[in-house]
Amino acid sequence: MTLEVAQREVSRFGALYIVEARFKNMFKWRSAIITAAILNPVLYLLSVGVGIGSLVDAKQGVGGVDGVQYLTFLAPALLASAAIQGAIDEVTFPTLQGFKWAKNFFAMNSTPITGNQIALGVYIAALCRTFLTVVVYWFILLIAGALPTGTAWLAMFVAMLAGGAFGSIMLFITSKVEKEDFFLTAIGRLIIMPLFLFSGTFYPLSSMPLILQPIGWISPLWHATELGRYLTYGHSISGLMIGVHFIFLTSLLALGLKLAFRNFTKRLSK
Amino acid sequence: MTSLISARSLTKTYGDFVAVDQINFEVRKGESFGLLGPNGAGKSTIMRMIGATLQRSSGELAVLGKDPEKFGPQIRAHLGVVPQQDNLDSELTVRENLYIYGRYFGLSKKFLTPKIQELLEFAQLEEKRDVKVEALSGGMKRRLTIARALVSEPEILMLDEPTTGLDPQARHILWDRLFRLKEMGVTLLLTTHFMDEAEQLCQRLIVMDKGKIMAEDSPAELIRKYVTKEVLELRFGSDKNSLYVDELRQKCDRIEQLPDRILLYTNDGETLLTEIVGSGLHPITSLVRRSSLEDVFLRLTGRSLIE
Repeated sequence: MTLEVAQREVSRFGALYIVEARFKNMFKWRSAIITAAILNPVLYLLSVGVGIGSLVDAKQGVGGVDGVQYLTFLAPALLASAAIQGAIDEVTFPTLQGFKWAKNFFAMNSTPITGNQIALGVYIAALCRTFLTVVVYWFILLIAGALPTGTAWLAMFVAMLAGGAFGSIMLFITSKVEKEDFFLTAIGRLIIMPLFLFSGTFYPLSSMPLILQPIGWISPLWHATELGRYLTYGHSISGLMIGVHFIFLTSLLALGLKLAFRNFTKRLSK
Repeated sequence: MTSLISARSLTKTYGDFVAVDQINFEVRKGESFGLLGPNGAGKSTIMRMIGATLQRSSGELAVLGKDPEKFGPQIRAHLGVVPQQDNLDSELTVRENLYIYGRYFGLSKKFLTPKIQELLEFAQLEEKRDVKVEALSGGMKRRLTIARALVSEPEILMLDEPTTGLDPQARHILWDRLFRLKEMGVTLLLTTHFMDEAEQLCQRLIVMDKGKIMAEDSPAELIRKYVTKEVLELRFGSDKNSLYVDELRQKCDRIEQLPDRILLYTNDGETLLTEIVGSGLHPITSLVRRSSLEDVFLRLTGRSLIE
């Protein structure tokens, strides 16, 4: 036995080794990842922001929606939803792959790596990829003139918080999935799409019928969008609500991670 | 000799089903130890309990002197695991698979670079080093999985059904690699339902059926203890076999009637065959062979290993 093997410690940094492996994997998809990171915001801004925006602004006059141009109003919501979508993609596929398709989580778990470390590693790697997406998106919004205030850069972290909250919950849910055939479509159509549409993304939540407003209240996207609008154009919001949004997102993030840790460990030792 | 694995009344139940039933065994340093039995005998369950990824229901288990339930990561740091189903990262190359797996053990790039080269040579995969795993043949994937398990210089190499699903040529290449490891003094623990594999690779083995140990010894000793030296296989045609069983029973130590043939256990097959033909019986085919672990299993359980 060589010295290194004899002296090595049991992986304290296990999660980081998983991150390293995930990066190697993502690197194979680098052109797709970068293309998506750039094309997604450009297309959205052109079609919805500029296209619909010019209609809205023409009808309402400049400053018609929440006192700002439509594009400015829309920007924080688009940023947060891009973060959510990125985080979801990057936790669901590796998790299905790890437990079902290639079963490589079981390979990781036959080393000193624990279930918690695998979950955490997949999660951190997903957020790193999400951060790339968010930064690119943010700069494109900046160039488009949709970020008028000096605090707008903080909206990136709010978007990350939304991605983190949604990502951790999805990490848990995906780790429960036994039959994936229906799962991805169901998540996309029944959860992500409605939340995207009903979270005060395209118009203020308050202009929706009261009966539909609770969809926004439970949606990380709405909470992040509210915070984002406060930061990017000074959308008026009480100090209490800032606290509520922040606590909602961080609690969801922590809950998702806790449940994911437990289920990863359980499923690997079944 | 120190024992690396020791099981006492080891039991695993799933509800009412007893997968592993109060078994005892020891695996000593440097030996190659086998678990032989049909599918569903509980072999993989035992492997996962030893590999510290499955909790036992009762009994005691010590791996490298530690309890796998309390010291999972510490024990796994010194095991090399080759699972029944390959679980390589199919999108990464051969070399990348070895590298990331080594990283999971916390090994440095400096250590891994020469190690990977050595393992590629050992697994005869040097030419495939930069090929994506999804493009490899079944035999190559198995060799890579074994190489991967060796990257951390484990104290015990655990192989669950290492050659199941491989063609004969790939099996022989794999056996040759495993035999080299055995010669190098690596402790091997393997499960198999192929008796020829067990005979080739195991110094000592336990024969398992339905979660229980039926016998434990070296392949040669098991054959000596439970069956005769030779077997005479006779075929009279499928519907006629049973007509002659009683008559033949008188002439040998033991007789087994299988659906397509009759097995007569004797220490001298040729002499017995001459005697049978002399007494006026004319089998369609006859074959004298040495007894194998298959016969031991048949003797112990009344069933064949592969059904």
